[in-house]
Amino acid sequence: MSIWVDNTTRLLVQGITGREGRFHTSQCVAYGTSVVAGVTPGKGGQDSDGIPVFNSVRQAVAATAANCSMIFVPPPFAGDAILEAIEAEVPLIVAITEGIPVADMMKVKNYLNGSRSRLIGPNCPGIITPGQCKIGIMPGPIHRIGPVGVVSRSGTLTYEVVHQLTMQNIGQTTCVGIGGDPVNGTNFIDCLQAFNQDPATKAIVMVGEIGGSAEEQAAEFIQQQVKKPVVGFIAGLTAPPGRRMGHAGAIISGSSGTAQAKIEAMGKAGITVVKNLGELGETCARSFQGAI
Amino acid sequence: MKIHEYQAKELFSKYGIPIPQGRPAFSVEEARAAATELGTLPVVIKAQIHAGGRGKGGGVKLAHSADEVAAVAGAILGMTLVTHQTGPEGKLVRRLLVEQGLDIAKELYLSMLPDRGTASVVIMASEAGGMDIEQVAATTPEKIVKVQVNPLLGLQGFHCRQLAYGLNLAPELVKKFIPMIGNLYKLFSAYDCSLLEINPLVITKGGDILALDAKVNFDDNALYRHKDILGYRDLDEEDPAEVEASKYNLNYIKMDGNIGNMVNGAGLAMATMDIIKLAGAEPANFLDVGGGASAEMVENGFRIILGDPSVKGVLINIFGGILRCDVLAQGVVEAAKKVDVKVPIVIRMEGTNVDKGREILQASGLNLIVAADLKDAAGKIAKIARA
Repeated sequence: MSIWVDNTTRLLVQGITGREGRFHTSQCVAYGTSVVAGVTPGKGGQDSDGIPVFNSVRQAVAATAANCSMIFVPPPFAGDAILEAIEAEVPLIVAITEGIPVADMMKVKNYLNGSRSRLIGPNCPGIITPGQCKIGIMPGPIHRIGPVGVVSRSGTLTYEVVHQLTMQNIGQTTCVGIGGDPVNGTNFIDCLQAFNQDPATKAIVMVGEIGGSAEEQAAEFIQQQVKKPVVGFIAGLTAPPGRRMGHAGAIISGSSGTAQAKIEAMGKAGITVVKNLGELGETCARSFQGAI
Repeated sequence: MKIHEYQAKELFSKYGIPIPQGRPAFSVEEARAAATELGTLPVVIKAQIHAGGRGKGGGVKLAHSADEVAAVAGAILGMTLVTHQTGPEGKLVRRLLVEQGLDIAKELYLSMLPDRGTASVVIMASEAGGMDIEQVAATTPEKIVKVQVNPLLGLQGFHCRQLAYGLNLAPELVKKFIPMIGNLYKLFSAYDCSLLEINPLVITKGGDILALDAKVNFDDNALYRHKDILGYRDLDEEDPAEVEASKYNLNYIKMDGNIGNMVNGAGLAMATMDIIKLAGAEPANFLDVGGGASAEMVENGFRIILGDPSVKGVLINIFGGILRCDVLAQGVVEAAKKVDVKVPIVIRMEGTNVDKGREILQASGLNLIVAADLKDAAGKIAKIARA
C-alpha cells in the first residue's frame, strides 16, 4: 500500500520536450513509472523518446487515460499549465517548477477548490512510492520499500532524511515533497491524513522549515487525530528574520514563522522533534520500535 | 525586492493615490532646490533607506527655512542610521526625500499582502496609525479591520466599505477612501507586490487623506514581468557579496559567524547552518548552490565565501542525487585549486557514487578533511572554529 501513487499510475508529462523535462522523464521511466504521454503545445503528433506528445492535456488524457501529470513547464507558463491540468480533471498534478509568481499560485489554489484534482508542489521534488512509481526529480536508489511515510517541504533535505532512514533499514511507503513555496497545493495535513488512513504506513516523518504556520497546524492535527508515531524536524533555527532562505516560503516575517515556535508546537503535540539532523535516522529507529 | 519610499510614491502617483508634494534629493544642493520648488514651508526631510523606524533613529526631520533645509539635509545625508530593522551596524544614508509638511488630524494604518494560508490578498487597516502593527495586533487586536480578497474575484465594493466603516471614517472621507483602495489594489495586482504598507495614512485638518509613508515590496519570482521595477533596484542597499552571488544564481546570505558553508538545496543548507551552531560554532553565511549544483557554481560559491575575511573554515555538505558525487568531487578539487583556498575545508558528501567521490578528494593533495557523516562533519568543523 501507499498514498496517491502506485503501479496503476499512468503519468503524463507537461513540458516533456524541455531539457529538464526530458531528462527526468527518462529517470522516471528507468525507475519503472508508466509514462504514457507528454504535452508540449505545438509539438503534438511527435514523440519524445518513444512517448507520444500532444498539444493539450485534454487530448493526452483522452488518448492515453493518463491519471497523473508531472509539470516541468518554465515559471512564466507553469501556472497556466497547472490550470490546464485542473480543467482537464487530471486527478493528481505534481508541479516540479521552481519560481512561479505567488499571484499565479494564489489563482491556482483558488481554482483547485472544488475541483477534481490534487496538486502536489510547486517547487518540490515530487512523490515516490518505492518499488512502484517515481514522479519527480528525487534519486530513486536511496529509497527502500517499507512502513514509514515521509512528508517534507524541501528537496535535498528530504533525500538526506530518506537516506538516513534507509541506512537504518527503515523503508518508506510513500515520500511526498510538498514544496518550498508560500502557496502550494497539498499541505502537511493532507499528507498526514492520508498516511494515517494508509494501513501500510506504520509511522511518519515530517520535515518542515521556517515560514508560515503549516507546521503548527499540522502539529495540532497530529495531536487530535494521528495515532501513529511521528518524528519531526524543522530547518532554520539559525535563519535571520526577514530574509528569504532560498525557498520563497522560507522567511520569518516579524515574529511569525520561526523554527523555535514550530518545534515548540510539535513537541507539545507529542511529536519526537530531532534538533540535530545528523541524529534523525537513529531517533527514528528508536522511536518507531514496536510500531514498524 | 525592496524599493525606497520616494520610488514607491512615484508608483502611487502613477496610480492616482494621493501623496504629499515631494522631491527626491541626493545632495544638500538638490535638497535646497527641492524645497524651493515645493514653495512651501516647513518641509519634512526623510532619509531614504530600505528599513523602517527611520523617524525614531533620527532620519526624519522638519525644516522651517531654506537654511535649515540645508543644515538638516547635510546632517542626515551621510549619517549611519540605526533603526530596529537595520541591525546595530546601521545603514549609510545616500538619498533624501524632501516633502511638504502637513497639518495632520489623524494617523491611520493600511496594508495589503498575499496571505499564504488562505491564498487571498489580505487588506488590513487600523485607526492606530503610526505604530508597529504587530504590536497593535498583540495588544489591541480589535483596532484592526481585515478583509480577504479572493484573487479570482478581485476587490469588491463591500470589501472597501468594510474597511471604510471599520475605520470610522466621516462620510466625506469615505468618498475619498474607497477609490484610493481601488487604486491601491490595482497597483498591488499589476506589480505582483509582496507587501504594500502605508503607515501612517493620514487625514489632514483640511479633510484630505494621503499616504504619508509608502512601503512597497515585490515578489522576486515575478520580476521578469516588471522590467520597469528593476530600474528601482538600489545596489547600495544590498550586501556586495550577495549582489555578486545573485549574478551566478547562487542564494547567498551573509551572517555573523566564522564558519562558511556551501550546500545544495535550501532546506539542507538551513539544516547545515543549524548543525554548525549546535556543534558550538557560528555560521558565516547561508549558501545554496541549488539542487543540481555544477562545478562552476561550486567555484563561484568558494570565491564568495572566502571573500569574507572572518571565515576560518568551510563546511561543504552535498547530497548527490542526480548529480553524482564523483563529478562533484572533481569540481570541488578544481575549484579549490583555482581559488587558492587557505582555510581548512571539511567535506561531507553522500549519495550516488560517494565512494568514488571521496577517493578523488583524498587523492587531491589539498587540505580537505573528509567527514563520514553529518555528525562527524559538525564535530570536525567545530574543532576548527575553536582553534
